[in-house]
Amino acid sequence: MSGDVVLETTGLTVRFGGVTAVDGVDFALRERELRCLIGPNGAGKSTFFKCLTGMLTPSEGAIYLRDEAVAGLAPFQLGQRGVGIKTQVPSVMNGLSVHENVWLAARRRKGDANAATLSALEAVGIADLRRETVGQLSHGQRQLVELAIVLAGKPWLILLDEPAAGLSGEEVERMVGILRGLVKHATLIVVEHDMHFIRQIAETVTVFHQGRIIAQAPVEDVLEDPLVRDVYLGRSR
Amino acid sequence: MNSRVLVTEVGQVVAGTVVCALVLPFIVDVHTATLLTVYAMLALSLGFIWGFGGILCFGQAAFYGLGAYTYALAAINFDGAWAAFGLAILVPAAFAGLLGALMFYGRLSDVYLAVVTLVVTLILFKFFNSTAGPSYRIGEARLGGFNGIPGFPTLTVPGSPDTYIYGAGLFYFTIALLALVYLGLRLTLLSPFGRIVVSLRENEERTELLGYDVRFYKSAAFAVSGGIAGLAGCLFANWAEIVTPGLFSLGQSAEIIIWVIVGGLGTLIGPMIGAALLGYLKFALGHQSVVDNSFIMGVLLIVVVLFLQEGLVPTVTRFAKLGLRRSSSKNSRRQSRRKRIVSDVR
Amino acid sequence: MDFAIVVLVEILHSIAVLVLISSGLAVIFGMMRVINLAHGEFLTLGGYVAILGHRNGLNLYFCMLVLAPVVVGLWGLIVERLVVRWLYGRLINTMLATWGLSLAMTGAFSMIFGNTMTGIPNPLGGLTVGDYQISGYSLFLIGAAAAVMAVITIVLKATRAGLIARGAMQRPDMAQAFGLNISHVYMTTFAAGAALSGLAGALLAPLVGLSPGSGANYIAKAFITVISGGASVVTGTIVSAGLFGSISQVFTLVTSSVGGEIALLVAAVVLLRLMPIGITGRFFKGWT
Repeated sequence: MSGDVVLETTGLTVRFGGVTAVDGVDFALRERELRCLIGPNGAGKSTFFKCLTGMLTPSEGAIYLRDEAVAGLAPFQLGQRGVGIKTQVPSVMNGLSVHENVWLAARRRKGDANAATLSALEAVGIADLRRETVGQLSHGQRQLVELAIVLAGKPWLILLDEPAAGLSGEEVERMVGILRGLVKHATLIVVEHDMHFIRQIAETVTVFHQGRIIAQAPVEDVLEDPLVRDVYLGRSR
Repeated sequence: MNSRVLVTEVGQVVAGTVVCALVLPFIVDVHTATLLTVYAMLALSLGFIWGFGGILCFGQAAFYGLGAYTYALAAINFDGAWAAFGLAILVPAAFAGLLGALMFYGRLSDVYLAVVTLVVTLILFKFFNSTAGPSYRIGEARLGGFNGIPGFPTLTVPGSPDTYIYGAGLFYFTIALLALVYLGLRLTLLSPFGRIVVSLRENEERTELLGYDVRFYKSAAFAVSGGIAGLAGCLFANWAEIVTPGLFSLGQSAEIIIWVIVGGLGTLIGPMIGAALLGYLKFALGHQSVVDNSFIMGVLLIVVVLFLQEGLVPTVTRFAKLGLRRSSSKNSRRQSRRKRIVSDVR
Repeated sequence: MDFAIVVLVEILHSIAVLVLISSGLAVIFGMMRVINLAHGEFLTLGGYVAILGHRNGLNLYFCMLVLAPVVVGLWGLIVERLVVRWLYGRLINTMLATWGLSLAMTGAFSMIFGNTMTGIPNPLGGLTVGDYQISGYSLFLIGAAAAVMAVITIVLKATRAGLIARGAMQRPDMAQAFGLNISHVYMTTFAAGAALSGLAGALLAPLVGLSPGSGANYIAKAFITVISGGASVVTGTIVSAGLFGSISQVFTLVTSSVGGEIALLVAAVVLLRLMPIGITGRFFKGWT
């Protein structure tokens, strides 16, 4: 599990007008870790996530991707550096077919794009849907399409924002299996709410609260931490 | 894409073109037919960038006018009309590319983009309108203000510089170029570049997350659209043998948008048919003075927006498909798959 | 010193004209996010109504300040009920439908009034300032523009109707939950915007000759001013008209009137590049 530090933030701060959404966050991620970010709504984890994906530029602080400073880079530049991003609301091309959606991602890598598309679709288990127009699929299926899109780019760092949202029980099981398989080759950050889901995939969990990290520990330890419980149950503000 | 797809595409386009070229001169005179073909090309340029790129340009006439004026000015200044022809495509394309870069690298979107493109066409109109007087000239050519530039040399047959291309010859030349442009666009849309352009229309954020620099692709597509409009302008110059600032006007830009909407946004055929039909309507109406031309166009536009939202071609295609579905279900599945703009890329 | 006063008045005149022609569009766009591309024709209609009324013996000021706004306001009401209300939320479709309306109205003007230019004489004379003359009408326009902006601000901020309108525009779903008839609010706002346009067109009639195509001149500048202004109705319009009016007038004085127009347009492009959601998207956020 442990290896070199591949993603690091120092003093990361994001301010919107008078509100400080992320407050001086120091974060480090090692190679082939599967880290979950949790925290109540408004804790700043989504904002932090958006900085990692390039959709937000931090007000202060730095982000290092394999020792390269990347804060403020545009999303496509991070995509070109091998970062795969899955957003909270399925961000897919509704008017195109499943195959085309994934193919556009696959062709960014050298090699046969069609073959890579097929293998990504198979890894996610939706190869039978490849000719369907994405706009006509269910929400859960679109989540899976987006996952296939992310995988087809063969990223070494994968950022997932609520991958289990809106999935049926069976689809969640599938997702767990996929993520567990992914972490053998890639490094993952998962933002999630579903504690049951988190328990099944996570090793280390980072807890956000009011823009700061208040705890970082293996899953079971974090849930025992009284501070974390207070935050979730609302006793501390 | 494989050779089977390529051959099918080329074959269809050639067949369609031959049919049109033979039929059109019987419906209207050759002179008008050429103008309608020019309009069809102009509509295609907007149909491409708007229907497939998702970028509504409110000033498409800017590139049209630039193409026409570039041809006129270059033809007067250089000896070879064909050099002017080349420039008439390149200058608008470059201008569009630069304007696009200015807008897209500034992350401008939607309404604000529409305003900037509208403003640009206005600037060009006002500028060229005010260039009366002998001091306004480029090389040997006077800009002529609102009177425009008449009397420039038109295209000649390569090899025999005394044989001008006009009349029926110009019509066949124009429609051949239209076919080439149409084919080029169809093939582009099947190519990776085209798929990316469509993809960013569908979901710009996701396309960017995949690692594509969407600003570049939008600018490039915009340049292509500008070049095609410029070519249409160049052909117009050869047809009319005069270029005037009216080519840049807001009214002209409006007409192009109306052609595309009425014909069908999201298809390539639709804008061409919309342009030909409405161009013909304007021509026919122009011969009567009972009801004002603008009035009819305006009412037509309102009616189309309110009731025929997709435009003519998609509506007609839908009804046609319904008919076909009743006759043979297996047949129509094959037909509707080919008609889909979305296609498997092999 | 006298020259400075004259220049100042001319700049304020330029700003006032922009404010007036933009006010109706600003209300409709700022409150409803509807782009009414027939706005220029609404202005032209106001001009024609004022001219017709005056020709038939009615007092000029009555025609400009009462008749024109009422007639054009009513027309706006009809347009909203018949066309616009089916297209809310679809920005491009409303733009296209109103563009069609613009063409239709232009054509109708041609058929009814003919293609020649008509006008009314300037009712106010000139004022002498040192060696220069300034037009009394300029001062009247400047006052009118200020009054219009003041009235809009008061209505929006200090009246019950204004509060209802602002609330409805911000959260139509919530407003409906309070039992408010949103449809009526939209209808009234559109009509009010139309009335403002009619007023502006009538006020400008003594200055420029009116012809069926006059609308095209107005629409571009109004459109640009409103979009560059951003979401705030009054502040946006004032700031952007102030900016563009000054630039345009300065360039006109230095080069020519065409130079001034082109300068205005170039300024708009630069501004939008720097502030993609308009001035009040960046500064003065939250002002009316």
